[in-house]
Amino acid sequence: MTVQVTVDGRPTKVPDGATILDVLRGQDIDTPTLCFSDNLTPVNTCRVCVVEVEGSRTLVPACSRVAEDGMVVSTATDRVRHSRRTVLEFLGSSVDLSVAPNVADWMDEYEADTNRFGPNVATVDQPVKVQDDLYIRDYAKCILCYKCVEACGVDAQNTFAIAVSGRGFEATISTEFDNRLPDSACVYCGNCIGVCPTGALMFKSEFTMRRQGTWDESAQTVTETICSFCGVGCSLELYVQNNEIVKVLSPLDHDVTSGHLCIKGRFGWEHIQG
Amino acid sequence: MDLRLLPDAPTDPERAAVDGLLGSPGSSWEGAVARTSLDDRIAHGGSEARNRRHLLLPALHTLQDAVGWISKGGLNYICQRLTVPPADAYGVATFYHLLSTEAQARAMAYVCDDIACRGRGAEELVADLEAELGPAGEGVEATWERSPCLGRCEHAPAAYFRIAGDIPARESWSPVDSESLLAWLRRETTTLSQPDSAPQVDSGVEGLRLLRRVGTVSPGSLDSYREHGGYAALGWAAERGPEHVIAEVEASRLLGRGGAAFPAGVKWRSVAESPPGARYVICNADESEPGTFKDRVLMENDPFALVEAMTIAGLAVGAEQGYLYIRGEYPYAEETIGIAIDQARAAGLLGEIDMSGGFRFDIEIRRGAGAYICGEETALFNSIEGYRGEPRQKPPFPTQSGLFGKPTLVNNVETLFNVLDIVLEGGEAFAATGTESSTGPKLFCLSGDVATPGVYEFPFGATLEDVMEAAGGVTGELAAVLVGGAAGSFVGPDRIDIPLTFEGAREAGLSIGSGVVMPFNTETDFGDITRRIAAFFRDESCGQCVPCRVGTTRQEEALARLTNEAATGTELELIDDIALAMRDASICGLGHTASGAIQSAIGLGLLS
Ligand SMILES: Cc1cc2nc3c(=O)[nH]c(=O)nc-3n(C[C@H](O)[C@H](O)[C@H](O)COP(=O)(O)O)c2cc1C
Ligand code: SF4
Ligand code: SF4
Ligand code: SF4
Ligand code: FES
Ligand code: FES
Repeated sequence: MTVQVTVDGRPTKVPDGATILDVLRGQDIDTPTLCFSDNLTPVNTCRVCVVEVEGSRTLVPACSRVAEDGMVVSTATDRVRHSRRTVLEFLGSSVDLSVAPNVADWMDEYEADTNRFGPNVATVDQPVKVQDDLYIRDYAKCILCYKCVEACGVDAQNTFAIAVSGRGFEATISTEFDNRLPDSACVYCGNCIGVCPTGALMFKSEFTMRRQGTWDESAQTVTETICSFCGVGCSLELYVQNNEIVKVLSPLDHDVTSGHLCIKGRFGWEHIQG
Repeated sequence: MDLRLLPDAPTDPERAAVDGLLGSPGSSWEGAVARTSLDDRIAHGGSEARNRRHLLLPALHTLQDAVGWISKGGLNYICQRLTVPPADAYGVATFYHLLSTEAQARAMAYVCDDIACRGRGAEELVADLEAELGPAGEGVEATWERSPCLGRCEHAPAAYFRIAGDIPARESWSPVDSESLLAWLRRETTTLSQPDSAPQVDSGVEGLRLLRRVGTVSPGSLDSYREHGGYAALGWAAERGPEHVIAEVEASRLLGRGGAAFPAGVKWRSVAESPPGARYVICNADESEPGTFKDRVLMENDPFALVEAMTIAGLAVGAEQGYLYIRGEYPYAEETIGIAIDQARAAGLLGEIDMSGGFRFDIEIRRGAGAYICGEETALFNSIEGYRGEPRQKPPFPTQSGLFGKPTLVNNVETLFNVLDIVLEGGEAFAATGTESSTGPKLFCLSGDVATPGVYEFPFGATLEDVMEAAGGVTGELAAVLVGGAAGSFVGPDRIDIPLTFEGAREAGLSIGSGVVMPFNTETDFGDITRRIAAFFRDESCGQCVPCRVGTTRQEEALARLTNEAATGTELELIDDIALAMRDASICGLGHTASGAIQSAIGLGLLS
């Protein structure tokens, strides 16, 4: 079964169930996304992917909205540009996006001016949580995309160590009563780190090297290997700088892991390297 | 799920309170044996335990009511009993303003400082409480906090207050004076237990319909309700059957009164015709739009009518279970409806209903906990299910996938009240009242600068001026009227001839929303009023989506600069840009409407 949709004036057929984002990707139309990930259920909270759909009073999130037969989608209208730009300005003016991949490019593309709201505006600035040797949580960099919550919960880990707490601008990702992570239910699978789009969750190794000014992505190599701790066969991507493993990810499209690992695959190298 | 709990144990009163709600624990992993080890792990909770997640909010209420806050030990015990991860439960508890996860005084007063109450004694009340009890939230025995609109705007100033304990006390009262409020908080008196429920209800024309029993029927008596014609509509509906009822609702062209003006018949038909299986009826009594109090007046004074109307809805769409979701600040309405439900059940008018072959329908009351957003229907589902009250992206629509993922009919209190007349006199006859596109009667909530604030009923077609005249006219010289509440907009004195119909309002670029009509005279400080509205949306945003979470904050900041003479010249453009993004890109109606009042005030020149 296929449905016919029109994107920016061009008709196209797509499989039933495809999202607008799937359609846009198929047409090589660049679409910013922050809260979307191929390995997580869409939560459509960031709204940076919005598009115009004929007949809809408001814009719709491309990442979660399923394409319907006859749908007419526009991605480059003034309304779309305005909302994407303003969402980026909202985020840039309240959150530290300095290490978030792609965001600077989108800011340029949409001509976002993150200073326009004035100098003394509310931000989510707060101290970094360094509570163990494996990873840090810097919620001054958190855009509240819910990805870590999903990865920790039903979408991967089923541990539910973290959740969104509070409400509105004060909402944050938190353990129960903001307890220290080592005292929480966290099992250090690191799956939340793997999905975080802004660097708010970061390997301690990367965090320390960035602080010391020694973090250098251009000097890193990535080696794919199969995790040897058990027989499941998880695929690992080892990031190596100066002969030392500095972080471990897993490919999102890997059919065993979908990007998710356990503490041994994610952090076992800490012990190997000593 | 591997449930890892906190090491903290509940106190005896906490355990007793939770057991009082959930029953005694059945097995050791459900909490029969105290476990305190940090590594305590509970085996898979099983689907039965997981299905009890919907008891999370009632359980949190129970703790809050019993001990005045939600401690680690108390939360942990609920999590153990319901198999909910503590982080998740903490996320839910911190979502609601009436729940506290920090130790708090047992006696607590929430003082309304919203737009109808400010300028009518709210600030004086706050000043007195601060002088007596110290800064907000800090008193040891008794304390206070500011609150958004408490739905008692007709007798400002209003307060909601409670004392935690084995027998918790909750009251909502207006007009409230600091002396009696302090005496109550200090337990020197309990005489506020009969709130001033005599509502100002009136009509510009002959023949009240929605309000006809208010003040004449005895709210606590099924017999009295029957004497006033009660349960004739259900009798008719049971006799004719669901199809007839739905056909009449369709013929009435009744539009929803909760704000979105959606055709009721379309929803009823859609839920009724959904594939076989569970489906639900929900009455939305969250009524938190600033300036709105009509649903409270209906529920406090004519509760059986709502019970009957919900039962007709259940019969029509084939639902066996109904929920009444009522805001937590309406203790008296909650109690009144609760009594009505009990009496109806005892009389065989709920539960197994022995009419025309018999059918099943029952109603459970769910109490909100201080969150305007939970009036949004999909947020309401999440709230009942025990999740954070965050709206869901639509589609899917509630009629396809609503509460617990099942087809769900959600209607406002006033919408459901109309169903009784529709059934009794027929949809066609009902539609003869009002205008072509806005049929039937409508309630308006008049407060602010009018001589006689209250709930007023009109057949659709009355103008803004008619409605204000019915309430004794504006006190002072009219500067602007806020139509539709904080989510609505200001209208200038030159446009009070606008008919308050759905189509008339739409043509004028307005929305009548929940029926708020709040005139302000020329003495008003509109900077102050609009800043309060901006603060309301910032406080009440669920925080889920970026345009609203950050947009309501940025809007408040820009408006503060604009109205505090710190303007940099960019504010007007900023406010417009923020508004457009919130309207276009937010998930739900809160973000979509968060700037209407502010932009309209600017447009009318009220801020310059
Ligand atoms: C932020 C927000 C708050 C709402 N609050 C209420 C409310 O308190 N009561 C209500 O009936 N509808 C409220 N609504 C509208 C509901 O989502 C829904 O449309 C309504 O309950 C449907 O009933 P009706 O068709 O009978 O009007 C609210 C909507 C939004 C976006
Ligand atoms: S490391 Fe794993 S268990 Fe810990 S918070 Fe992240 S996803 Fe959850
Ligand atoms: S910590 Fe990262 S993944 Fe989690 S919500 Fe914040 S930005 Fe998203
Ligand atoms: S618009 Fe506001 S209230 Fe609605 S989902 Fe978004 S953040 Fe929550
Ligand atoms: S990527 Fe679509 S809403 Fe975030
Ligand atoms: S009760 Fe105070 S504004 Fe409504």
